[in-house]
Amino acid sequence: MEGSEAITEAALSAGCRFFAGYPMTPFTEVHEGFARRLPDVGGVCINAESELEAVGMAWGAAATGARAATGSTGQGLSLMQESLSEITRAELPLVVFNMARGQGDYFQATRGGGHGDYRHVVLAPIDAAEAAHLTQLAFHLADLWRHPVLIYGDYLLAHTSEAVEIVHRDFGPLPEKDWAVDGSLGGTGRSRNVNPIGMTKGSKGIDPAAFWDHLQQKTDRIEAAEARFETESCEDAELVVVAFGTLARFARYVVRELRAEDLPVGYFRPVSLWPYPKGALLEAARGCGGVACLEQNAGQMIDDVRLSLLGEAPVLPIGGISTDAAGFGVGPLLDAAVIRERVLGALREIRP
Amino acid sequence: MSSSRRDVLDTSAAPSRPARRTAEFTPGLQLSGDHDLCPGCGEPIALRAILETLAELGLADAAIGVVGIGCYTALTSLIDVDLIQALHGRAPSVATGAKRMRPETLLFTLQGDGDMVNEGLQEVIHAAARGEKITCLLLNNGVFGETGGHMTATTVLGQRTKNTLEGRNADDHGHPIPIAELIARLGGTGYAARGSVHDVKSIATTRRYLRRAFEHQLRGEGFSFVEILTMCPTGWFVPTAEGPRYLEEVMGSVHVTGELKKPGR
Repeated sequence: MEGSEAITEAALSAGCRFFAGYPMTPFTEVHEGFARRLPDVGGVCINAESELEAVGMAWGAAATGARAATGSTGQGLSLMQESLSEITRAELPLVVFNMARGQGDYFQATRGGGHGDYRHVVLAPIDAAEAAHLTQLAFHLADLWRHPVLIYGDYLLAHTSEAVEIVHRDFGPLPEKDWAVDGSLGGTGRSRNVNPIGMTKGSKGIDPAAFWDHLQQKTDRIEAAEARFETESCEDAELVVVAFGTLARFARYVVRELRAEDLPVGYFRPVSLWPYPKGALLEAARGCGGVACLEQNAGQMIDDVRLSLLGEAPVLPIGGISTDAAGFGVGPLLDAAVIRERVLGALREIRP
Repeated sequence: MSSSRRDVLDTSAAPSRPARRTAEFTPGLQLSGDHDLCPGCGEPIALRAILETLAELGLADAAIGVVGIGCYTALTSLIDVDLIQALHGRAPSVATGAKRMRPETLLFTLQGDGDMVNEGLQEVIHAAARGEKITCLLLNNGVFGETGGHMTATTVLGQRTKNTLEGRNADDHGHPIPIAELIARLGGTGYAARGSVHDVKSIATTRRYLRRAFEHQLRGEGFSFVEILTMCPTGWFVPTAEGPRYLEEVMGSVHVTGELKKPGR
């Protein structure tokens, strides 16, 4: 099945029962999958009138305790950022899909793309099978932390057909959703108010400092607990290649190929873009002569690579802007031969 | 005000002015009658009508409110109904998601005119067109009250605001949007009405509209809408006591009250 179908089937298997979206290439097929399949399991898919409304609908569904999702490409997610910021502050579990046009939405995804002081979890699958796994994990993490989780994919991930088996995964126990609104507590003096501004029922006004402190402490705990990565052949590597998502699949292939030729290259992939696996990257790069950052944009993840290494090793950008004529992000950089040359160039550069 | 001050009258000497007995007007679904809104504000009156209607219909433990951002937001933590706080303009879509997942509950939104008619106009229009089984409530005072009296999309021509100092004129600032009439035209709307809270009679009529709108939703017959005109003497720059008259004569002549759409019509 295609990556988009793997994502929708995985979401259904994880108990997702609500989706609202707005069509946009290359995200559209994820939306189509939810529209086709959610009614089969008693769920609801709404074709929202805009991304603003799509994220609002998902917000309302999540506030009732349902497992809910929305998504778009980076352009559509730009429209959703105001709500995603508030949803994070309202501590609502929501899964958001970005089938991006390339990797230019890295900052939007990882920096808290809207107003205010927040981050949400970002997972970047390398292929359809991992997309299914991470989609299921995303719903778990969202419920565990009461926090939005974004899945960062792209055209190739959504539209490459691969063999994927959707199996139900149990990631462990979750807290009760006693905060979710169902209308039942009205008139009891214990009614709920799912809100992003720190209002407490029964008291006038807000205490923003205490509320933001509470959110920041939670964010720190997520950062400490949820960094994920994949690494290969870094132990004795002179050059470590860092890449994420689709591009990492090419990088891993190239690194394996060069290792077979006895060239001292390693491979490091952040699976979570936020929290970024800073400590793991520093460890993987220890003793190497340089770290090559391969990304399909003008240079965004390289900031996190530098922040991870803190000067321990030189960082060489070997990616760049690369797109097709339609602007959907399937550019000439997505080619093992091209990447091989760039990795070899970086290796020559760091060798005395 | 403490209860001892309210309940115990000093009878040791003749009062300097005639004693007045005040009744308790806090509705049962409000945790406290204490609030920080301006004197003469119409929003607590509208809120009381909404909460009392919910209680009369036995919906206190079967309702979810989705509230926007405006002066009334300061009151929402005192409302004893399950609530979701939405962004400015976005309450109808949030209510849509909640209603679809909790179809057995009564879903209502609470927005001001700046929230609904400026920031989020498409939200309420699309929710109405979809025939979403929610009730959208608009507290319309024709001004951004919370920011201190600025023009909204429902400000009437001639009205002075902080950014239309000589009064709103159509050439420079365009025309007010008759939102209830727009919504009444849409196929998905089953019930639409505009009420007011400037006197006892208008409040009683508004309560009747609210009741019909909620009953419409409970019958599953599609979208319902009640606009409530509320006083904002602070934002209108008129003396507090003149608020009700200004509402009736100035706003009420443009945003005319009445039922605009009823089932079967």
